[in-house]
Amino acid sequence: MSTEISVTVNGTEHTRSVEPRLLLAHFLRDVLDLTGTHVGCDTSQCGACTVHLNEEAVKSCTVFAVQANGAEVTTIEGLADGDSYTNVQQGFWDEHGLQCGFCTPGMIMVSEALLKQNPDPSESEIRAGIAGNYCRCTGYQNIVNAIGAAAKAGS
Amino acid sequence: MAVTTFGESVKRTEDPRLITGRGKYVDDVRLTGMAHIAFVRSPYGHANIKSVDTSAAMDSPGVIAVFTGVDLQEELGGLPVGWMLPDLKQPAHPPLAFETVRYTGDAVAVVVADTAYQAQDGAALVDVDYEVLPAVVNAELATKDGVPLLHKEAPNNLGFDWEVGGGDYDEAIKDPDVIIVKERIVNQRLIPNSMETRGVVADYDAGKGNLTLYTSTQIPHLVKLLFSLVTGWPEQKVRVIAPDVGGGFGSKLYLYAEEVVAGIVAKHVQRPVKWIESRSEAYVSTAHGRDHICDVEIAGKKDGEIVGIKVDLYANLGAYISTFAPLIPTYLFGLMLGGVYKMPNIDCKVHGVFTNTTPVDAYRGAGRPEAAYLVERMVSRFAQEIGRDPIVVRRKNMLQAHKNGRAVTTGVMYDSGDYKGNLNKALEIFDYKAFRAEQRAARRDGKLLGVGIAAYIEICGMAPSAVASSLGAGAGLWESSNVRVHPTGKATIYIGTSPHGQGHETTMAQLVSSELGIPIEDIEVLHGDTDMGQFGTGTFGSRSIAVGGAALFNSLQKVKAKTHRLASHLLEADPKFVTFSNGTFAVEDIADKTLTIQEVAGQAYAAANLPPGMEPGLEEVSFFDPQNFAWPNGTHLCVVEVDQDTGKVEVQRYVAVDDFGNVLNPMIVDGMTHGGIAQGVGQALSEAAVYTDDGQLLSGSLMDYALPSADMFPMLELDRTVSPSPSNPIGVKGAGEAGTIAASPAVMNAVIDAIAHLGVKHMDMPATSEKVWRAIQGAKEARRAARAVARGGS
Repeated sequence: MSTEISVTVNGTEHTRSVEPRLLLAHFLRDVLDLTGTHVGCDTSQCGACTVHLNEEAVKSCTVFAVQANGAEVTTIEGLADGDSYTNVQQGFWDEHGLQCGFCTPGMIMVSEALLKQNPDPSESEIRAGIAGNYCRCTGYQNIVNAIGAAAKAGS
Repeated sequence: MAVTTFGESVKRTEDPRLITGRGKYVDDVRLTGMAHIAFVRSPYGHANIKSVDTSAAMDSPGVIAVFTGVDLQEELGGLPVGWMLPDLKQPAHPPLAFETVRYTGDAVAVVVADTAYQAQDGAALVDVDYEVLPAVVNAELATKDGVPLLHKEAPNNLGFDWEVGGGDYDEAIKDPDVIIVKERIVNQRLIPNSMETRGVVADYDAGKGNLTLYTSTQIPHLVKLLFSLVTGWPEQKVRVIAPDVGGGFGSKLYLYAEEVVAGIVAKHVQRPVKWIESRSEAYVSTAHGRDHICDVEIAGKKDGEIVGIKVDLYANLGAYISTFAPLIPTYLFGLMLGGVYKMPNIDCKVHGVFTNTTPVDAYRGAGRPEAAYLVERMVSRFAQEIGRDPIVVRRKNMLQAHKNGRAVTTGVMYDSGDYKGNLNKALEIFDYKAFRAEQRAARRDGKLLGVGIAAYIEICGMAPSAVASSLGAGAGLWESSNVRVHPTGKATIYIGTSPHGQGHETTMAQLVSSELGIPIEDIEVLHGDTDMGQFGTGTFGSRSIAVGGAALFNSLQKVKAKTHRLASHLLEADPKFVTFSNGTFAVEDIADKTLTIQEVAGQAYAAANLPPGMEPGLEEVSFFDPQNFAWPNGTHLCVVEVDQDTGKVEVQRYVAVDDFGNVLNPMIVDGMTHGGIAQGVGQALSEAAVYTDDGQLLSGSLMDYALPSADMFPMLELDRTVSPSPSNPIGVKGAGEAGTIAASPAVMNAVIDAIAHLGVKHMDMPATSEKVWRAIQGAKEARRAARAVARGGS
């Protein structure tokens, strides 16, 4: 049994037949080959799969692909314009906000959404804002610095 | 075009691909015709397999094949043990169980299907008939008579008994002035949780009989070697590729069952196969860490002099011996029991015990955090007992600074360090006196603040191979490098280490750039593909720069020597008068006689005018085997506030002063220190693997296992002292594990300090709100009872 859906991902509309149980994360990775979105858990805790669904940050392992029918999705691949990074991406690079890089796409996507809601967050607001995303390498310090740097660059 | 230098915070060259979603991890590998596999795992801690019915799974849509342990018994062999101990019991460890399962998660069958979802559907339909057996999960209990036995060749479930020591503890405590403080200390089991789980893609080339394994590992070369030894597959026909690897922390440091099974299954089905571990699966199938039950006593005198430590440890091995498991609770633990102190008498006994749990092996720090936690907890406990400040007691017992080797009680030789220098610097940054005043004032306001200190040292830079071999290592532990300077003067490096977050593509290129004067953009660092270069040992034990960086440095010296000779020849100058700096050879006092290293490289390949006897080309290899380990050390201080009403612990301040020797890239070293501290804080405050008595893992998902999140930390304050290591030519010590080693005792000492005045002396990790609240209530209750007795007696 499969259902036809149309999802606009990073500005391009894709129409595909999918199983109803297919997760959005797997739709992006395995159907559209957008492997920048990572899957780090199976209980919606880690946030590595965070993408924007109609401009809101969601964990794409907790959304069925069919629920994204007609929606606009932005993934990590949709942020940079060639080699021109967003302030958040640049902040992660400049402040050493990543080590193994596996949580990074989700962290960047949640940070983008955070700064959209709150362009000038305090340190504790940043920490609370990314508390739904796990990183095991950085101890979060340089991620917090990266988001702070991005906020500053955007102001 | 930038030439970088040693000691510069060069931004990472890995990052552009990783911040744009263009990294390539195992799950991103897609091969034509690729099928997917899923494992059927035991839901019981201990059971006999009576039968396995695969018929329903075979009928499930998309399923291509199902293999049971019996089907593959001959081909899979047994998983290896990479470290020997005297009288070590080595029960067979089949990658797929075929008679008995010994832990929840033990794999019994594998399903191959067109898609990952279909493979999981099929796995759910494999019907295994189990005869459930009694289980045991506690390492001390498992050694008692009458408890379930895991392996018939290991009576009382003992895998090994091991001991180490120095001096004579029993004699030393005969002194009537000696005070002994005893505790039972549990270092809880942890689950590593690298953000990328494990995964394998196996690609069999039927035409050539070659197998390629893409696997998320820290040791691609050792996986190749061990896979070949276990399966009999010729080593030259196995290629192992570790692509981008999303963290490891020790948990990707072994040959795992799934790697072996995937390789063999790919050959059977004649298609590439992929297995990606789910997070919940990782909780039971990837090695765990720690899990020590320890009776410890520390002995000393009223003036604060410590005379010794005695340890009797039950170390949980889990159900089988994982690759490096025998090393972790023995040498990496016992040799560190002197800490940074004189500690003249040490008596350590370790019992390695089989239980019905996931195998236990190295997890960040691996043995050294357990030792540092014991020592640092007990030194503070001793200070509390004799009523002295923990700083004063530490200072009184600390080793003097040294630059080139200091033998200690356990027989090892610390390389260099200024332990009191670390302490003094940390105290200066922290302002200890001011804190104590603030703590007293806060207490009057009903606010509980505590400061914790941990001074540590760790054995890193694995290792001198001859020493490691004499202690039981099954492989050499040197490291390798290959430097190929191309005719255009650009360079490709192949390193034997295998980074998974440490940034070697940057730091190794930085070292090349600083030595050869080649711009960093012109240097490509390759790693983690066994067909690309020479054998390497891998990345673990904070060894990559101390051993691998040193191997690279040595190759670079060979390149420098050859180019210097060639440049002198081309410049028609006596080599004595030819200098080299910033990538340019020049003749002293002759301004226009210069050649760049790029020009010299071109000439090395053109080979039109070489000095007599010089071979063409410009490529050098080095294998570096150090004479001693490297010994990072430091002092960490932590402040916590404990909420009296809820028991919640909040880390308010954290100061770390570390001696990593020379530091190649301070930005990267700081980043690793942050991450290490976070993992140590996680152990101290929230993380714990919990089993039921019959072997069910209760903390079996990220929902149940409390990984630290960003809102648990203040900004960490880092500083350093520098005592270059004499163990390698670049004087580095390694920085990967230090934070984890120091943080758990620092935090726990702070928690106890905050509530010690209520009568609390010790508490096991993690210091959860409930545990702290109960300790406070218990202490208050005890004081009330004591007062009542006193009143009643008067």
